This record gives sequence, C-alpha cells and structure tokens, in this order.
Amino acid sequence: MSFQAIRLPRRFSGSTRVLPGFGLSMGISVLFISLVLLLPMVGLFGQLAHLSLAEYWAIITDPRVVASYTTTIGAAGVAALINAVFGLLLAWVLVRYEFSGKRLVDALMDLPFALPTAVAGITLATLYAKSGWAGGLLDFFGIKVAYTWVGIALAMAFTSIPFVVRTVQPVLEDMPAEIDEAAVSLGASDGVAFRRVILPHLWPALVTGTGLAFVRSLGEFGAVIFIAGNAPYETEITALMIFVKLQEYDFAGASAIASVVLFVSLALLLAINIWQGRFVRRLHGGKG
Amino acid sequence: MSIRLENIGKHFGDTRALEPVNLDIHEGELVGLLGPSGSGKTTLLRIIAGLENPDRTGTRTPARILFGQRDVTHVHVRDRRIGFVFQHYALFRHMSVFDNVAFGLTVMPKRSRPSRSEIRARVFRLLEMVKLEHLAERYPAQLSGGQQQRVSLARALAVEPDVLLLDEPFGALDAKVRQDLRRWLRHLHEELNFTSVFVTHDQEEALELSDRVVVMSDGRIEQIDTPETLYRAPQNRFVFEFLGDVNHLEGQVHDGVLTCGDARLAVDLPDGAEDLLLRPHEVCLAEQAEADCHLPVTVTAVSPVGAEVRVELEADWLASPWLATVRHADFERLELHRGRRLFAHPRQWHRFADEKADFLKPHAA
Repeated sequence: MSFQAIRLPRRFSGSTRVLPGFGLSMGISVLFISLVLLLPMVGLFGQLAHLSLAEYWAIITDPRVVASYTTTIGAAGVAALINAVFGLLLAWVLVRYEFSGKRLVDALMDLPFALPTAVAGITLATLYAKSGWAGGLLDFFGIKVAYTWVGIALAMAFTSIPFVVRTVQPVLEDMPAEIDEAAVSLGASDGVAFRRVILPHLWPALVTGTGLAFVRSLGEFGAVIFIAGNAPYETEITALMIFVKLQEYDFAGASAIASVVLFVSLALLLAINIWQGRFVRRLHGGKG
Repeated sequence: MSIRLENIGKHFGDTRALEPVNLDIHEGELVGLLGPSGSGKTTLLRIIAGLENPDRTGTRTPARILFGQRDVTHVHVRDRRIGFVFQHYALFRHMSVFDNVAFGLTVMPKRSRPSRSEIRARVFRLLEMVKLEHLAERYPAQLSGGQQQRVSLARALAVEPDVLLLDEPFGALDAKVRQDLRRWLRHLHEELNFTSVFVTHDQEEALELSDRVVVMSDGRIEQIDTPETLYRAPQNRFVFEFLGDVNHLEGQVHDGVLTCGDARLAVDLPDGAEDLLLRPHEVCLAEQAEADCHLPVTVTAVSPVGAEVRVELEADWLASPWLATVRHADFERLELHRGRRLFAHPRQWHRFADEKADFLKPHAA
C-alpha cells in the first residue's frame, strides 16, 4: 500500500481557518462597535456641522469654559497623581502580603465602579461639607474641601482609583519573586531594588492605569457635581459646561465643548498606547 | 571560602522541609545537592544564601552558618557576599545584558563603588569569560535560554562573591545546551576556583560536575561522598536506587536458595524474605541455565543505540521488568530480538538489610 492511495476529502477547500465562526463573530463585533461607539460619535460631529469655524472657536474659548478646562485638568491631574501613588501601594499590599480580610479589601477596590457616581457624589458632599463630620473637623484646621477644587480632585480620585489598582495588580502578580531576590542578593538595598528593578517592571502598567484614571476623571460628572459647588470661573468642571449648554437646548454648543474633551481623551489614550507598545516590545525581544 | 552549616532545620508552617543537618564544604569545592523534588535541597541552598531563615530551634545547639570564620547566620542576604543563580535566570528584562551584569557593581555604596570606566572594564571581562561580549547591548528576551543563564552567571560573579550558589541552573535548558554549559561551568570552576554549591535533581549532572555530592531525601541528608564512592558504595537503599537504574529480585530464601515462582538463585543468606538489587550492567544473559541459577526471562524490547545495547526483560516471576545492558558483541552472539527466551545470570547483587550496604558476590559465580 502506498501513501498516495490516501486522499483527503476536499470538504474544507476554500477555507484555511481551523477555528470556526470567524465571519459571524467578527460581523457582530463590528456591528456592536458601530452602534454603541461610532454612531454616537458621528452624531456628535453631525451637531458640529451646524457651527461655523469662528463660532466653534468662540464657544470653546469662552473664558468661562476655559476656566473650566483649567479646573478639570488640574483636579484630574492631582487625582491621577494621588491614585498613582496610592493605587500602586494598594496593589502592592494586595499582591505581596497575606492578611485576614484580604479578599474583602480586594472586593472593595471595585466599589467605585459598582456604586452609582451620583450616590458617591452626594455621600462625599455631605461628609466633607462644613456640617459633615469630616468637613467640620477639617474646617477646624482651616481646610476647606467641599465646594473647592480639593473636593473635585477628591471625588475624581474616588471614582478612578480602580483603574490603577486593577492594571498594576496582575502585572505585579506575574512578576516572579526571584527578580526581587536577585536584586537583593546582588547587594541592592530595598529602596534601590524597588526603584531600579521593581518599578521599571510595573512602569507600563502604572502609566496606563494612571492615564486611564486621568481620562476618566476628565469626564467625571455625577460624583463631582455635588461636591464642586459649581461657582463660575472657580469650581465649574467642563462636563458641567456641557450639561449647562444642554439645559439651554444649545446642542451645537454642548457638542463643541464635548468634542474638545473627546479629542484630549483620545489623544492621551493613543499616546499611552504607542508609548506602551514601544516599551513592551523591548521587554519581549524586539529592537527598542 | 569554606562553608559550615550547623544544626540547620526548616519548617514551613507545620510541614517539615528540612531536618536539622550539619554540612562542611571546603574552600574551592564544587558541591552538588542531589535529591528528588521535595527533598529539601532547594530549601537548604536558599538558607545558605540567606533567602530563607533556618528555624530557631529551642534546643541547646543553635543553628549556625559560617563562611570561613565569619558567622553569617543573622547576616542579611545582601551583606552575605554570595552569588545566586536562579533556575529561570531572573534577569532584569528592562535592562541590557551589560546593565544586568553591571547591576551588582552600580548598587554598591558610593565609597566602595568602582569608577564608571572600571565597571565597564570589569563587565566586559566577565562577558568575555561567558563568551557574550558581542551581545552586551541586547535585552534578555533577545537571547536564548543558555545565553540568558550565562548572563545570569556573569551577573552573580561580578560582585566577586565568597560563594556561588546555583539553584537547578540547567533545569530549564534542553539536553544539548545543558551538556555544553555543564562542561563550561566545570572549566570555569577550575579556572577561578570559587566555592560553589548547586542544586539538581539530575543524578548524572551531580555525579559529573561535583567534587562531592550531598544526596538528600525527605528533608534528610542520606550520604555525602565523592561521585565514585557514592556510586560504588552507596550507604543505603535510597542512595542506591536514586543513583541509577535498579532491578529487583524479590523472593523467599530457604536452605540457601532464593525462590520466586519458577526462578531460583543460590544465595549465601539466612532463611527469610529478601529483596536483592542489581544494576543493569550486572545482569548477564545466556542461553542455558546453571545449577545454582535458574532465572528464565523473555526479551520484550531492544535498544541498540549507544556504547551498549539496552535490553528489557520480562518474566512471570518479575513484578516489574528488568533492564540489562549488554555489549554489542554479546548482542550479536545471542541473536537478541523481541520474544527471545533466555536466562539471566547476576554478575553480582546488592542487599540493604539494616540500612548498611551488604555487598556480596553470588557464591558460586
């Protein structure tokens, strides 16, 4: 018997894929992306078509709106930095140490995602207002939180902390303890080992997490609005400006401001992705 | 630098990983810790390194680790002056090969740190030694496993450690690379003469590389000896069985004859149950039985690759098949093939009755 006698059925001719269902699953995915992500964005740009370039420029450079950019970006930046530090610490504690109640703390990390942002906002506002017990205590030391940008940053930090914890945590879990031990066995102090060996390993995840937290904070509305006080030129955030325009049925104006937030967010996400891609390629053996 | 361990034991929670052991390693010696997984060999190595702490026993003799005259029992790993090579290399992935090797030098306190140019010279000297100077600018992920392990070794040697400790250094590499690296490490050791301890579960590796081998099982040291002594005069059944292939002959001795089914062997032993052990090279094959030795077997597999022919033997009276190695000349003379019926003759056999080697020749052979 020769091997030539065996002939495979040509039933699969024309398709070289082994995994089934590519056409169907890809089609549904594209449809979903179009409906849920792309369509609203197209709608947004459709609204912008009602404006001339000069009008558009006038709306987005209105002094009150510009003041809101400063407040939003400043508070979101502070919130992101706070989260970078404490998010890293929380992830570190959750991965590296064993303690009772660890599972509970781990579950608590997702609370800001699960809790309606408005509920968080009201809670924070009542807690930190002069009449609230935390606000009262801080007021005694002359620190005002509610109705200032500190309160805004606080609310933003609250809603975006899971981004940092949940991006750093898996990377830290994957990092073998040997790396740490190798650094120490070579004579590195704990601080040096952390700065030169551990942090660079976590760096891509930390930057991504912080970046996501920052972008999330830029658009945060529900949690911030109750604690912000919303004083024009002082504690108004950009999301509120959009809301105000909508209240005045100025859809085009609202879309104009929204487009600025959208561009900034997209640009940031893109930048993070490109940077991270480069960094990761180096770790996995590409030229870098 | 010599190493002296006194009363070193270790518990993880309620599990005992290591019974209190004593061990002396001479200066310049290359010692292998050999044992199956879970035998405590890695724990012992990590305790020498300072990556684990020995139990603080409540007994009168406290645990002590001495490097030369220096008591390092309570010295932190970073101040112990050891080099540690990990099984999975543990290289810093974000640093180039050069920076990896230089790491130990660049983290030295400012007073004792060599100058930039001196570090550079030293790193390149090490890279030359491990034959990787042309890859200094590469990142670990761009290297093969064998190259990564050499970088890891150069990194450990850069700080000029008193002792070099290696945890299954070749365990993650394929057979050919492992062989090369083994020879290379042996040469490096002869050249630099550092005191070195390595862990392995591969008996061949341990016997080939070490000046002395420490055989461990179940958290205990079974025997410490040179490879030759270990192989020729194992102290107990575990060491004998762990150091190579073993054939068992179990049966009842009555009036100087061991019987097992239709197998008979004249032995000079008192009456009772016996379990005799034979190495594959101690089994001879013949077409005829003899008066004092009747061990009928059937050939079930033949592997004629290598210096000797490996033959698998089965019989009704055998619980598990025997392995015999015969010379190619005998292989041709006996016309060995699967299904061939022959008789086995033990050239010699071993017996471990009371944890002491009993080394006997069959009395009529």
